[in-house]
Amino acid sequence: MSEPIAAARITATLAAREAIRLLRAARGGPVMFVQSGGCCAGSTPMCFPVGEFLIGDIDVLLGEIDGCPFYIDRRLDQAWHQEQFLLDVAPGEPEDFSLPAGNDLHFVTLSPACILPGAARENVLSSSPEWNTP
Amino acid sequence: MKYVPPGLPGSIVSVEPRYENFIGGKWLAPTHGKYRVDLAPATAGPITEVADSTPEDVELALDAAHAAKDAWGEASTTERAKVLNAIADAIEKNQDMLAVAESWENGKPVRETLAADIPLMVDHFRYFAAAARAEENRSTEIEKDLVAYHFREPLGVVGQIIPFNFPLLMAAWKLAPALAAGNCSVIKPASPTPWSILKLMETIEDVLPHGVINVVTGPGAEIGKALAANPRIAKVSFTGETVTGRLIMQYAAQNLIPSTVELGGKSPNIFFNDVMAHDDEFLDKAIEGLVLYAFNKGEVCTCPSRALIQADIYDEFMARCLARIASIRQGNPLDTDTQVGPQVSAQQIEKIASYVDIGRNEGAEVLIGGQRARVDGAEFADGYYYQPTVLKGDNKMRVFQEEIFGPVLAVTTFTDDADALAIANDTLYGLGAGVWTRDGTRAYKMGRGIKAGRVWTNCYHQYPAGASFGGYKISGIGRENHLMMLDHYSQTKNLLVSYSTKPLGLF
Repeated sequence: MSEPIAAARITATLAAREAIRLLRAARGGPVMFVQSGGCCAGSTPMCFPVGEFLIGDIDVLLGEIDGCPFYIDRRLDQAWHQEQFLLDVAPGEPEDFSLPAGNDLHFVTLSPACILPGAARENVLSSSPEWNTP
Repeated sequence: MKYVPPGLPGSIVSVEPRYENFIGGKWLAPTHGKYRVDLAPATAGPITEVADSTPEDVELALDAAHAAKDAWGEASTTERAKVLNAIADAIEKNQDMLAVAESWENGKPVRETLAADIPLMVDHFRYFAAAARAEENRSTEIEKDLVAYHFREPLGVVGQIIPFNFPLLMAAWKLAPALAAGNCSVIKPASPTPWSILKLMETIEDVLPHGVINVVTGPGAEIGKALAANPRIAKVSFTGETVTGRLIMQYAAQNLIPSTVELGGKSPNIFFNDVMAHDDEFLDKAIEGLVLYAFNKGEVCTCPSRALIQADIYDEFMARCLARIASIRQGNPLDTDTQVGPQVSAQQIEKIASYVDIGRNEGAEVLIGGQRARVDGAEFADGYYYQPTVLKGDNKMRVFQEEIFGPVLAVTTFTDDADALAIANDTLYGLGAGVWTRDGTRAYKMGRGIKAGRVWTNCYHQYPAGASFGGYKISGIGRENHLMMLDHYSQTKNLLVSYSTKPLGLF
């Protein structure tokens, strides 16, 4: 497992990291994230036991969160042209085959647009010393 | 007219406090005895409880399907067609009941389920009943005394996973061809909408041989893999998002079985300037064609979510479209006057709101809407309503490239045919498209040039059985809604028969 790199394009809120910690504890191993696009649950990250989803040359590693890698399809990455992704949790169950982020919670990725000054989330983030620590 | 919500006194839909899995013609409690609450998106209140199944329940369903598969697979097409027609008749007889159940659980307006979802289901079963009987096997006289006979044989037991946006219609799209081809199914409805298909099973259980259709409800992470990766299925069919679509294909590769995946889109809807050549019925139809992005609250894989309008008519055409959008009635999905209901879940409405913010931040102009909607009725105060929204911007913006799955239209302009085609194809997806013009040659050339599986020409959002449906590019692999599905749900058996008595002479 590589060390978190300075150039990591994915960071996580405290809530997401806590959800990952609990998932790891419950499953006895790390999980992985793959950003989805399209259809019902599109544009949300899918969370699987690590190794469940076969990564190919088409996938880009955005970084790791506490040893859990986060990937996106290169074509989606190019179309979305979004430099930074923030992993968070939100109410409601995940869709399709994704693991939940705890009881009645699912993982979401936020874009910088949602976390620019003015967004209600900003306070939560800036008060978190871990926000900039991938 | 307003229908009474399911379960309330006077409703045409009865609701049990709890629903089990439908396996082998019986209602079986989940092995671990766990249930989950099913919510109505209009009120965020509970409808009922459904089984929170585990992999053991998937195995039970597969047991039942395997027990049924030989008899069903060997039944004549006449017998199978009779069952499919009986299913269609039972649905038709209960059309209003199923329409109300579907509407209440999904949030889609009942005027849509009454006019589209349920009648299309009925027709779908009848279409495949007819297709199965009309299909002929083929034989080839390879040589005078050597004949190749081709028989279509069922695959056996198939796994089918359906999405939340058309819970009943997508079930029909998958079940009808599978059954017509002689297969038995284990089907998993989407987590937000597990109940309406159980009402369907109540409706058809008396006409269905045991084990031919088996329904298991529960979370995708738990039972989705248990079904899709199961070595006891002979095909997997999935509608949903791209990553799970890839995962499904990965499981299918590991088991060496076929898969079909239908995976979303960002469909362009192109309006040429000649639509405004006359102020007539056709122009009215074209305006409605743009506003169809709000059909089923935009929760449609083929949602025409990118409108491309020729620049010289943009102002006038868009003004008329915006007036139509402003008049959209949102509210109680069970009111036949309601045109747009609530989004299916809290997750969806959060995502939509976040995309509209992304659009604003990228410089898109909000022409209408842009926030959660308040609708009449205290009971709907917590419903997941979002205003029909239009964002004007550029095709490179994320709101033009990513599927929002809500009533959000991204609109831009083009100069000429080549520009329209370039913008239309500048997307990762290729599921649907719309072309609106009075010029038949232009319509044909655009339709052939757009890289999408379905190009509606001077219409949109029609889904008749007999018109194939499926994606180009990352919108998926395979087709539905057409008799070619009989091939997708069959093996080809070749008997190569020699009527010659002469040895080869090699040994």
